[in-house]
Amino acid sequence: MANPLQQFTINTLVPIKIGGIDASLTNSGLFMVLTVAAITVFLTLSMRGRALVPGRWQSMAELSYEFIAGMLRDNVGSEGRRYFPFVFSLFMFILFANLIGLIPYSFTFTSHIIVTFSMAIFVFLGVTVIGIIRHRLRFFTLFLPSGVPMVMAPLLIPIEILSYLSRPVSLSIRLFANMMAGHTMLKVFAGFVVPLGFFGGWAPLGVDVALTAFEFLVAFLQAYVFTILTCLYLNDAIHLH
Amino acid sequence: MNEGEAPKSPEKPKPLEDFEARLREAKAEIQPAAPNGPAKETITGLGAALRIGTELVAALVVGVGIGYMLDNWLETAPWFLVLFFFLGAAAGILNVYRAASSIGLTETDVKQDKNYGED
Repeated sequence: MANPLQQFTINTLVPIKIGGIDASLTNSGLFMVLTVAAITVFLTLSMRGRALVPGRWQSMAELSYEFIAGMLRDNVGSEGRRYFPFVFSLFMFILFANLIGLIPYSFTFTSHIIVTFSMAIFVFLGVTVIGIIRHRLRFFTLFLPSGVPMVMAPLLIPIEILSYLSRPVSLSIRLFANMMAGHTMLKVFAGFVVPLGFFGGWAPLGVDVALTAFEFLVAFLQAYVFTILTCLYLNDAIHLH
Repeated sequence: MNEGEAPKSPEKPKPLEDFEARLREAKAEIQPAAPNGPAKETITGLGAALRIGTELVAALVVGVGIGYMLDNWLETAPWFLVLFFFLGAAAGILNVYRAASSIGLTETDVKQDKNYGED
């Protein structure tokens, strides 16, 4: 039986070395490029008609636009509108990465913690910088909830700072763990199908069919959760709850 | 969705002038049927279920990591690890509390999402 974790190995496709740094194109990198290409093709081709009454493809593109625009409006308010390009790109990138990863023989780069962590740390640093630019030193009142007696401050400030620092970790672990667990489970059950023979093999096959449907839900939901948390963090930085 | 409604008709069936009126008519027809759709509620509930599990662990991981590194650096064996373990645990519980209250989890949401609680 094939190793269920084998699907996550990184293979070098085109070795590139720039000044001692290994910048090779790997299967992970290839699928990132494919994801970006797929999003670009989807959005540009579907919006080419620009019909007043949208067709199916244009409707899908408009739906994804309005979904993120509405999410930003509900969670951040009108000030969040200028961050729409970033949030929309983030959502589409994760969503398409997860969905393309569900195609057999493809590679799911969101199942690697370094990929999700680099996205999460980018969101985290970006949000922190936005907050500091907007509020200067007042930004650090985020770590001391108002109305707290000063005696409690030495205990509460470390807890609040830890809670703040845990944001990129929880963002990245959630996406990576869900994608990796789902794909491993698919592979484990798929590995039982042939060894169990013609009569026993149907049960794991049925489980795999159900799991595939579930994975489609997870793929969308994880992109959604990542994006909505980005919106919530942005809201914290802008409005200092 | 609307299958028969001419998905790709190059020539417009009616002039634009009465478009607003027709749109209003259509909206008035639809509005009472779907007040704020239940689909979105389910999605936010599911999102909450998937979110809360990791919140607790992440703060603990960060706390223990910081404690361990401080111990390595200052050579104060277990003390910072112990201190930051508890701070991390507190931060994790705070995260979960915030996540649950910011989403506005109600009893019915919790009941609905029990099936998807694996994270």
